[in-house]
This record gives sequence, structure tokens and C-alpha cells, in this order.
Amino acid sequence: MSARDRILSRLQHDVIASDNEIDLSVHLDKQFDTQEKLERFTEKLESVHGEIIRCSENDWTQALAQVVEAEQIENLTLGLGALPDQAADAVSCAVRRYDADIEDWKGQLFSDVQAGFTTCRGGIAETGSLLLWPSIEEPRLLSLVPPIHIALLFAKDIANTFTEVLCTQNWQAGMPTNALMISGPSKSADIAQVLAYGVHGPKRLIVLLAE
Amino acid sequence: MNTAVNFTDAAKTALKNPTLRSNFRQAMDSLRERRAAQFPDQDELERARDLAGAIRRRSLNHLAENLVQLESQCQKNGIQVHWAETPAQANEIILEICQRHDAKHVIKGKSMVSEECHLNDYLAKHDIEALESDLGEYIVQIDGETPSHIIMPAIHKNKKEIAELFAEKIPGVEYTEDVDTLTAIARKVLRSKFETAAVGISGVNFAVAETGTLCLVENEGNGRMTTTVPPVHIAITGIEKVVPSLSDVAPLYSVLTRSATGQHATTYFNMISSPRREGERDGPQEVHLVLLDNGRSKIYQDERMQDTLKCIRCGACMNHCPVYTRIGGHAYGTVYPGPIGQILNPQQYGIDQQGEMLSACSLNGACGEACPVRIPIPSLISELRHEATRNDQAGTVYGQGALRKLHEALVWGSWKWIHRTPWAYKAMGLAATRLRRLVPSAAMGPWTKTRVKPALAEKTLHELMKERNS
Repeated sequence: MSARDRILSRLQHDVIASDNEIDLSVHLDKQFDTQEKLERFTEKLESVHGEIIRCSENDWTQALAQVVEAEQIENLTLGLGALPDQAADAVSCAVRRYDADIEDWKGQLFSDVQAGFTTCRGGIAETGSLLLWPSIEEPRLLSLVPPIHIALLFAKDIANTFTEVLCTQNWQAGMPTNALMISGPSKSADIAQVLAYGVHGPKRLIVLLAE
Repeated sequence: MNTAVNFTDAAKTALKNPTLRSNFRQAMDSLRERRAAQFPDQDELERARDLAGAIRRRSLNHLAENLVQLESQCQKNGIQVHWAETPAQANEIILEICQRHDAKHVIKGKSMVSEECHLNDYLAKHDIEALESDLGEYIVQIDGETPSHIIMPAIHKNKKEIAELFAEKIPGVEYTEDVDTLTAIARKVLRSKFETAAVGISGVNFAVAETGTLCLVENEGNGRMTTTVPPVHIAITGIEKVVPSLSDVAPLYSVLTRSATGQHATTYFNMISSPRREGERDGPQEVHLVLLDNGRSKIYQDERMQDTLKCIRCGACMNHCPVYTRIGGHAYGTVYPGPIGQILNPQQYGIDQQGEMLSACSLNGACGEACPVRIPIPSLISELRHEATRNDQAGTVYGQGALRKLHEALVWGSWKWIHRTPWAYKAMGLAATRLRRLVPSAAMGPWTKTRVKPALAEKTLHELMKERNS
């Protein structure tokens, strides 16, 4: 008998207790209107040092160009696709595309890249969170290794709660390699409960919130 | 190591250390306040706990099926699944994978299950350096210690102690108490390790059977680094962490972060469902999942104790425990300290080995009230105290009866007999009241060490009532 079979045999039981009803209303009842969603999202994300720049769906590239200039970002790494293309055209700094396997440029990514730009799959109003599904076009490390993460989020994609997202968007039909919920820049309070930012991931998270 | 430690001595030593007590007091007070601030609405709190408790209960009701489904979904996604009955087996599995990839050093995300296995020591014996990347874990590792709290491993140290440690242990670092500078130092040291590690080892907060997804909760980004940068990722978890459906994770995550550190959400919630797929630019080429039993299936078999396995490891029970707050995590001498440790360790390793800590509880109930999945910790402690002193060999817990003392058993045996025998009861009442002045202080044992000797009444209650009614 294998370890697997021995463990499973110990978990067999004759009487299966009846399951209590799973009542998700405590989460699903949280419904915000458009205005409340934006306010709540902003309040929660800013409370954990996320930075939000509100812009319109038409001029977000301009807002991005301004951020790059104001923060004196000298190089920006982007993924592939229509939105990253627009972003690349808009900024005045050096642009690099994440279009090679990590093995080919790990050193550079870890030492030279100043900022990374990604799109988002959506957001969550209740907790001020971003939802990302990294992909071939926008790989996983793009939102993690560069010291500044600039994320583009469309206001119309903000849901009420994470529970609502998982109950209504049918993620289980095909999970990506990696799905992420991001709420603010990397942080730790492991030294005497004092908050410090940029422990291993980005020190800053700048969200372009396009309405 | 599962060696018996002298809990009482360790607790006494901890109580005499004012720095330690002040570090814990401050940290626990602040964690409790932050949790309370996340649940301003009592009704919402209770409903969220009902929901999370029901999800965990349902997960356990179908544990075997969930594990089988998790295994087949993971395999379908390309994740290799390994089963280990003991920490020794888990260590062997992990070593074999590391050796196959010729790993000389591995980077670790936070994992309490790997602490159960003493994996770092084991790998070191086979010339593989395992470096902890969670800031708190890194701090305790370079000081040669173990975590004193399951969420905040270095909570027992203050700024000054960490500043001294960094200056002493990290080459080229000067003494500084500036937390941003200290954090930046650790970031620099660990970044180069992420870049070069051959294997990343992490824990798992929830494993989803339906989709074969491993979920990790963290703030620093070291968990994402560990599971994304090295070419191989090994996740290790206890078999109880599996939940049936994807929608189960949102309510559990919500109570976990709010109960643990009083955060409405952690910085990262990382959901991993496969190794790097065709065309993807990063992520590990291989992902392994090690499922560890280590006594869990034994706990599962006893229905009275099964609730122990509902735990989602938030640490709220220790944050609210008056004993933990005073003695800290190291006094327990075990991987899991505090109330959850008090019910878990004796069941995993036997009451004869780790049962002493069962006495360190006033049954005040604070842990049970704070638990986000409604584990009745105080009742389980009582139950284990019974297991610890029973002599009928009819229990299920390892080392049952180990703490039974003859004189205690005699006292309670007599007590029982007296209360069932009217004439003896009457005689005892008379003796206690008429001879009350003869009770010596010493006979009260430890009770009177810190308390005034209770004064016995001149007459029994029965006598007083009789006089009043006549």
C-alpha cells in the first residue's frame, strides 16, 4: 500500500455528516453603485499606500506619459498587445518589451528595469484590489520585479467583492497559470510591527484608473 | 524535533524576561485592536464566521474525495503530486527533487508545514542551503532561532535587537535602527538569492480541488518570487488545507486577513494552477505539491477532535490568549504555539511528549471567540485534559493517560464518593467548618503562593438554610 492509499484509507468514514448550507449573502449583499465603487476602491487602495491617478478612457496614455515624466522614470518595461502598444507610443522614456524568456534576461530585469506597466483584468471595490491574469503577452514578473508597478484599470471592470467575482465570472472553467489579486505595493511589518514598503516586490503601485 | 520540552520551566524563564514580555504585550495589543477595527459590525463578524466555519466543515466532511479530486486536477494541469505520511517522507521527497536539479541552494517562502518537517536542517545535512525569504523568517533564521508566532515569526524581537543582529551577521552592515534601511538590506541580500536559486519552496494557504489551484496569502512578494523565479517550485501543505470549490476561497481569505493582522486584504493573493505553459515567458518549468499527513488523519478519525483541522492558521487565537501574550511563542517549544498549538501538538506528537502545555490555559474562552472558523478551542483543551488523565485506554489520542497522577486521582475519586454518599458528605461539611482553623497554608499548594488562603465559613450552607427556615 502506498502512502497515498494509507492516508486516504484513514480518512474514510461511514457516516457523512450533513453539510450546512453555504450562505454567501454576507459578502454578496455588499452592492455599491458606480460612484460608491470608485470611492471605496480609492479609499481602500490609498489606505495601503497605493497611488491612484484618475483619468478617462480616452486620455489614459497622456496620464501615463505624465507619470513617467513626473517620476523621472528612465526606462519602462511593457508586455505585448494593443494597450501596451498604445502605452509604448505615449511615453518619452526608453521602452523595453517583455518578449523574451526570463532565462535570457533575468539579470537585466532584476537590476536595470525601473518600472513595469501592466493592464488589469478587473478590480474589487470592497478591498481596493487589482485582479491580474498574467499571460504570454504580460508575464508574471512584470508586476513583481520592477521597483515601480504602473497598472491600467478600467473603472467599468471594478466588481463589488472577490466573492462576487468568483461566483459570477466562471474562473473555474479555465484557470490561468497564475491569477493574482494585488492590494498595494509590497510591504512588511516583520520588524517591530513598523510598516516598510518595497520588501521584495514593487516599492510603489501606481494605478491609472480610467473612467 | 519532537523532543519533550519542559514547558513549565520555559514559561517561568519567559515570565522573568521584561523585554520579551513588553515586546509581546505591545504586539498582541496592537494586533487585537487592528482585528477589532476590521469588524466594526458584530453581526457581520458573526455571519462571516458562520460562513467560514461552514465552508471548512464541509471541506472536512468530504476530505478524502477533495484530496483525490485535487490530485487529479493538479496532475491534469501538470503539477506533480506527492503524498507523505511523515515529515521524514516529505523531506526525502523534497531532497530527491532538489538533487535531481542539482540544487545547491533553495529559496523558501513562509511555510509552517516545512517547520514541522525541520526541512532546513535536513537539507543542510545534505549540503543544500535553504534560505528563508519572508523578512521575519529571515531574521529568526540568521539568529538560529525558530518562529515565535505563526504569522509574525520575529515578533519577539524589538528594533534594537534586530539592528544588532543585522550588524553582527550580515557582512558590511552597520548598526542602524531605521526600519526602512534594515528592510532595504534584507531586500538586497535576498534579491540575488531569488535570481540564482534552483528551487523555490513555499507553503499553501488553500488548495482548491475543483481547479487544482494552490493559493498563497502574503504581503512582501517573497511568496510570488519563490513561486515564479526559480525553475522548480515545490509547495508543501497539510492534507487538511483542501477546499472543494474555487468560490470557497474568497470568504476564507476575507476572514483570514482580517483576523490575522487586521488587514482588509493582504498585498498579494497568489493563485497557482500550473507550471509554465507553452509560450509563457516566466514561471517554473516544474511544480510539485507535497501533501503531508503527520498525524492529521489520526485527528480526523476522532469526531470529537476533528474541528482541530478546520484551522486556517490566522494566529488570532494566540493574539487573544492571555497566556501566550505573557510567555510568548518560544516557551511552548513547539512548531505551533498558543491555543492552536495546545490542541494540535499533543494530538500530533502525543500527550506524553507535548501534553504539559495543556495546563497553560485558564479556559477564559478568548481564543474560541476570536477564531474565524469557530473552532471550539477551549472545549478541545478540556477534552484533551480528560484524555491526559484517563486510565481506561478507551481514548484515541496518543499518550493518553500520561499526565495522570495517583494522588490527584485519589483526591477526585474520594471527592466523587463523598458527593454520592450522604453521611460522608455531611461529615465532610462538619469537618470543614468546625476544623477550619486547622487547615495549614501549605496544604493549599500552589494556590496560596500568590493568593490569600480562602476563609472557610463557620457553618455549612445546609445548616444556615435550616436555621433561616426554622
